[in-house]
Amino acid sequence: MSMPKIAVIGDRDSILGFKAVGVITFPVSGPEETKQALRKVTEGDYAVVFITEQAADQVHEAVEEVNARPTPILVPIPSSRGSLGLGMAQIRRSVERAVGADILFGKEGR
Amino acid sequence: MEIRVNPTRMELNRLKRRLAMAQRGHKLLKDKRDELMRKFLVLVRKNKELREEVEERLAGAFRKFMLARAVMSAEAIEEAILYPKERLEVKVEHQNVMSVHTPKLTWEKVSRETESIYPYGFAETSAELDDSISTLAELLPRLLELAEVEKAVMLLAAEIERTRRRVNALEYVMIPRLASTIRYITMKLDENERGSLTRLMKVKDIVRAKSV
Repeated sequence: MSMPKIAVIGDRDSILGFKAVGVITFPVSGPEETKQALRKVTEGDYAVVFITEQAADQVHEAVEEVNARPTPILVPIPSSRGSLGLGMAQIRRSVERAVGADILFGKEGR
Repeated sequence: MEIRVNPTRMELNRLKRRLAMAQRGHKLLKDKRDELMRKFLVLVRKNKELREEVEERLAGAFRKFMLARAVMSAEAIEEAILYPKERLEVKVEHQNVMSVHTPKLTWEKVSRETESIYPYGFAETSAELDDSISTLAELLPRLLELAEVEKAVMLLAAEIERTRRRVNALEYVMIPRLASTIRYITMKLDENERGSLTRLMKVKDIVRAKSV
């Protein structure tokens, strides 16, 4: 039972479906609960943690902290209320960091 | 800017060795940076595509789930999926991409007895719920793939930045500084040599003048 687990953090409506496919769910509402959930997943044995962009948006610092660690891998996903483009923004940031310029998103249709 | 050193032949040799080393390091790091960049660009393209796909399909799953929520009460849904039938077991391994340790995820499905992925009977649940759950089940491996790629992209980006800093530090600071110091010492040594040569000639002149 020491296999690393998968978790998902977000508002109840968005993440309930994940429960059916065997992902451990942390329903949260509000930044405080999100922070707590993030603390829990960093302490526990989790390999991948999905977090809705809506939840991640409220706790930038905590998210950065988790990102700095090797595990768990924190992946922003859109919630049932749609995407905030946070995940894409993260990719863009990586590109800018590595290349020094935004070469992937700058022009359309690339 | 030069490094403050004694203009001696020994110091000169030491600096020349350091310069050669710096140039070799610079070349190696530059190659590393280029290769990292190549890998990074491949990965980041994949990352973008994966994310686009996942976000779109996830939105679809959510839409269906919302429909299910509309026909069933929250309690009923929660009860229906209380005991998940499937579990994904994930294993995290590490792979080495140009000395960057990126996670590699392997996973396998662990499902209980029956073939069906639905953790409930069909009697009390709506078809929309089935739909949304099957979509999610299909999507989960893609999500894990996305997680793996995305982390790799982040780690590679950090490494590229670090490598680029080092390349630039060598190229624009270390190497010019060493080169100019070497030039300084060579010139100083040459000057000393010329000085002693003229001194010798002068002494010889004086000696010759006296003997005549």
